[in-house]
Amino acid sequence: MDTILQQLINGVTVGSMYALIALGYTMVYGVLLLLNFAHGDLFMVGSYVAIAVLAFAGIAGGLGAAAIAGVILSLFLVSAFFVSGLGVAIEKVAYKPLRNSSRLAPMLSALGVSLVLENAAMLVAGRAPRVFPSEFFPAQIYTLFGATFSNHQVLILVVSAGLMAGLYYLVNHTILGLQIRAVAENRNTASLMGINIDRTISLVFIIGPALGAAAGVMFSMYYGVAFFTMGFTAGIKAFTAAVLGGIGNIPGAMVGGILLGLLETFGAGLLPIISGGLLTPEYKDIFAFLVLILVLIFRPMGLLGERIPMESMTWKRSF
Amino acid sequence: MQLLRRFGPLGLLVILALAPFQLGDAIAIVRVLDLIAIYCLLALGLNVVTGFAGLLVLGYAAFYAVGAYTYAFFASAQFNIHWPFLLLLLLGGVLAAFFGLLLGIPVLRLRGDYLAIVTLGFGEIIRLFLNNLSSVTNGPQGISLIDTPDLFGYKLSTPTHIYYLLLALLALSVIFLRRLEVSRVGRAWAAIREDEGAARAMGVDTTRLKLMAFAIGASTAGLAGVVFAALQGFVSPESFTFWESILVLSMVVVGGIGSIPGVIVGAIALIGIPELLRQYSDYRLLAFGLLMILMMILRPGGIWPSRMVSAEMRAGHGNDSVEEAAPEEPVAPTAKGGN
Repeated sequence: MDTILQQLINGVTVGSMYALIALGYTMVYGVLLLLNFAHGDLFMVGSYVAIAVLAFAGIAGGLGAAAIAGVILSLFLVSAFFVSGLGVAIEKVAYKPLRNSSRLAPMLSALGVSLVLENAAMLVAGRAPRVFPSEFFPAQIYTLFGATFSNHQVLILVVSAGLMAGLYYLVNHTILGLQIRAVAENRNTASLMGINIDRTISLVFIIGPALGAAAGVMFSMYYGVAFFTMGFTAGIKAFTAAVLGGIGNIPGAMVGGILLGLLETFGAGLLPIISGGLLTPEYKDIFAFLVLILVLIFRPMGLLGERIPMESMTWKRSF
Repeated sequence: MQLLRRFGPLGLLVILALAPFQLGDAIAIVRVLDLIAIYCLLALGLNVVTGFAGLLVLGYAAFYAVGAYTYAFFASAQFNIHWPFLLLLLLGGVLAAFFGLLLGIPVLRLRGDYLAIVTLGFGEIIRLFLNNLSSVTNGPQGISLIDTPDLFGYKLSTPTHIYYLLLALLALSVIFLRRLEVSRVGRAWAAIREDEGAARAMGVDTTRLKLMAFAIGASTAGLAGVVFAALQGFVSPESFTFWESILVLSMVVVGGIGSIPGVIVGAIALIGIPELLRQYSDYRLLAFGLLMILMMILRPGGIWPSRMVSAEMRAGHGNDSVEEAAPEEPVAPTAKGGN
């Protein structure tokens, strides 16, 4: 097993990506009380778009630092733009008509959207995983106190931290953020206060998917591949992260994501030791599911508690 | 009209029984009929949990897998055990019901969305274990050389034989489930589905009834799994993925949630039509996704809706009594009226 520090670095890296996706989940849940099953697939689309852009522009290796930065920036921008647009379109087509129907209908619609996205991606990009051409951004390994990390990881950490800080500022210190919080708290009253509900919801569907797309770009860059089912696994884990931190709670999603990443990384390392060789690291996906089930049973409001006062994940209210 | 009501189902059964001969008895066609029948069973089972009791289950394939692997363990070359088919049919159902309870107990307190995700997790955990516990389950390669089922010495060696077995199972299930639907249990499920809080207030034992729904729904899948394993002679984790669960869910949703004839129509449509349009099989799931979205927007009740459920969906009650009382602020009880 690698050193603790190594696991820490890896865990936080993976966790940051989960956190970004989880933020999208949590924000949409906050305003629509809908678990957007398709959210993970938007993350996947983000990856594919990035790969497509790189292939289209024919980016090769041997670029200077500024050029690399430029390429990465444009990857993020194009990907986020496309995926946000897709997110807004999906909301208008598949979720808005169902805003006032039962809780089941939007969820099933979301499942439908997920199916469509995954299979459309499969049909367009092929069943086989697509390689992320990372020649333009060669990995460089650094060592620190015996642990190794790469410049890719540094990028992921810096970008994630920046995006999360930006989101935190947006939600807590701007008018737009106030509107989002108001709609999340009580849609009808917010509308009475003069907030344009449709626009606010669209805004959430721009921000959430954009963060997911960024995560997708970074994920593919880090692991070197994209495959059309990646949204499924990532979606479950991100949902777990959101629930872990407290669904509807934005700092919660951030904390939950990092925590899940750490749990998963340490857990994968510890699994063979605990189970005496019976369980191999392939079982690490089970970790996320188990964490989810345990959190939902023992602390359904998550670590930082739910921000939505009306809502309860369980039938037993605590007051 | 009354005549249709009284003799319709029986007539339908007769027609279905003669189907293999009418359609030319080509093995391929009977195999498709077998597959449709198995999925009808699955859809009926899921309909109990999701349609009757209103509990959205996304990991239903897990119970299907339990049934199939039960038969595979006890009637194949894997451990060289060869128990009789009927016994294993029963065992498959019971084990699946047990797993249903295993899932049901921890999720009792969870509301719709979270319940769904946990069931999804459950389904995935089962599949991961099936895939990785190679010493027991043979991992991704699956278990082959499964015995042909026999019924009191009569070997069910052709798909046609299995077809009649399935028809019998389906007939029994439909009768049983229909009786259940109109019984107190069924009405209690409807109450839970519409408003769990109110149901509890009215004295409905939601715990017992939800667990019952899980157990019955799961055991139906278990039965289907046993027959599936017997029919195919081979099982592998590939047949029990999340997509399989979604396929069954699509049948229920598109056919008609909570409606017995509806889910049967759903199963026939969603297996039969892709079989007819074999060349477009790549687009199958894509089409299902689009179909689900369209159905939810245009006809949430399904092709053959259950009247009660469509009315519920239109009224927008969902499963949430808390939501109805939204305007008050429960966290600040002294807001009005003094204390």
